[in-house]
Amino acid sequence: MPKSLSTNIGNTLIHVFLILLSLAFIIPFLLVISVSFSNEDSLLQYGYKLIPVQFDLAAYKLIFGKPQQILFAYLTTSVQAVGGMICGLFVMSTCAYALSRRSFKLRRPITLFIFFTMLFGGGLIPSYILITQYLHLNNTIFVYILPTLANAFYIIILRTFFQGLPDALVESAKMDGASEFRVYWQIILPLAKPALATIALFVLLDKWNDWFTSLIYIRNEKLYTLQFLLQRILLEIDFLKNSMTYNLTMENVNLYKLPSESIRFAMAIVAAGPLLMVFPFFQKYFSKGLTVGAVKG
Amino acid sequence: MRESALHSMTDKALTKPLRRNSVKRMVKENIALFLLTLPAILYYLIFHYTPMVGVILAFKDYKYSEGILGSSWVGFKNFEFFFTSMDAWRITRNTVSYAGVFIVLGNIAAVTVALLLFEVRGKLALKFYQTSMIMPKFLSWVLVGYMTYALFNPSLGYFNQIIHFFGFESIDVYSNSKYWPYIIVSVEIWKTVGLSSIIYYAALMSVDPELFEAAKIDGAGRLRQIFAISLPSLTPVLTIIIILAIGNLFRGDFGLFYQIPRDIGVLYPTTDVIDTYVYRGLRSGDFGISAAVGLFQSVVGLILIVISNWIVTKIRPENALF
Repeated sequence: MPKSLSTNIGNTLIHVFLILLSLAFIIPFLLVISVSFSNEDSLLQYGYKLIPVQFDLAAYKLIFGKPQQILFAYLTTSVQAVGGMICGLFVMSTCAYALSRRSFKLRRPITLFIFFTMLFGGGLIPSYILITQYLHLNNTIFVYILPTLANAFYIIILRTFFQGLPDALVESAKMDGASEFRVYWQIILPLAKPALATIALFVLLDKWNDWFTSLIYIRNEKLYTLQFLLQRILLEIDFLKNSMTYNLTMENVNLYKLPSESIRFAMAIVAAGPLLMVFPFFQKYFSKGLTVGAVKG
Repeated sequence: MRESALHSMTDKALTKPLRRNSVKRMVKENIALFLLTLPAILYYLIFHYTPMVGVILAFKDYKYSEGILGSSWVGFKNFEFFFTSMDAWRITRNTVSYAGVFIVLGNIAAVTVALLLFEVRGKLALKFYQTSMIMPKFLSWVLVGYMTYALFNPSLGYFNQIIHFFGFESIDVYSNSKYWPYIIVSVEIWKTVGLSSIIYYAALMSVDPELFEAAKIDGAGRLRQIFAISLPSLTPVLTIIIILAIGNLFRGDFGLFYQIPRDIGVLYPTTDVIDTYVYRGLRSGDFGISAAVGLFQSVVGLILIVISNWIVTKIRPENALF
């Protein structure tokens, strides 16, 4: 009897600790949501609160009243995420398939060629000069896709997965006269859906959250990504005012009355929104993929 | 009939023309496979190997108008300039010590969380804890920057409201660098602990449950089981993760060190790392020195990876990178 009592106390303590810990992860997020729905004056008077002192939709009204800038950012980010994912998956999976074939004579040198880039790189400055002064990709949409098309680590994961598929599949297809590309496209790809989906999610997540590319390579405000737009808004109040009011006449809006605090946070919520909605779906894949990987390793 | 067919097949296989055909087929097959790797090869050639050639910039006085090849050679002057400046010590110390603290505290936190989660039996509770802890991994550094700002804003922030409540003076962390080691480390662990703990949790799941049953029958308590079974079963994974992290000792997460302290100059003494330094060099046009620092980072990084891989091959050869 005393033993089960101590177990119960232990269990309760663990739950209490984990609940407090979970709150530490959720509260900062709730704080951002609350500030975005708060009245500007009450914010300045009472500070940020976990529950809005005075509920106010003004920030959201302003954002969606003049949505050009944020729509451009959504468009750029979507092209970057989806386009980058599709092109990237094609380049990585074709290469991974060839490298998974034991009969491929150039298998070792090409693997080494790709793998070496994980160990050594020229660094930011030479890449920057290449992209801006030789390839002239800066201020174009291509800079979001081309320079980060493939990832050596993902190629290796895909190759390992392809190697796990039975050799007989490839052999029999080739007996029937299928070309290598056809084997890749019609046999390997459909069987590799779980691996491809995992990599696709990783790429999508990376690209959706990217702000670095805009920071370095983009001067055209229409080509800013969502995250970079957010960063500018958080850091520079003038930028916020410009992007919110560039179509309004001065009579309509008093710049000094602009609800700057709540707008910043409302923008954060608008930018994070889509990702948070697919988060539960993501998370399932993520933990499954990781669990399988860890158990195998 | 069947036999004769078999005979004729083997006969054919042994004749020369067919052998030549199989060579032809092999060549054709290899060309097809090579074509499949071509997009990736071109990508790596252009975007990874060309910049490697660009490291000669570190030995040049770069002039925009003259390009990389046209600019004049200056030998090791860029390195000299960097290593004799105060910056060299500051950014190297910051980069390495943050990485070191992340390795130690990050793994302690992740293992602790994994052990606690392993004790949770309710499926719904487990899911709630895991979901809330992984969430930060899905948020961009910009968004985490917002959260940090909402917490620490000197006049409106939550943190200052709390310490006000307890009667202390408010603290402006954005103008005082001494608080930042704690903030940076907490934010980094906050963002990564959920995902890392899943790796350890998965390792615990793969332990034979009979071991725990047997220990229970022998009268081992919860703590005893943790120290005798759980922790030892985590050491292989732990070793590999730590050794791999040592290979990255010279690489900071640019997002963390740029977005969280918001690139504020006063905070550089404790927040500036190699990556942020190189970025500022790019911004201000100090290409030669920044390229030299970048090359220093890459070379030391390569050496660290090779050394840690060598250690892995000694401990667990099957986990070696190459």
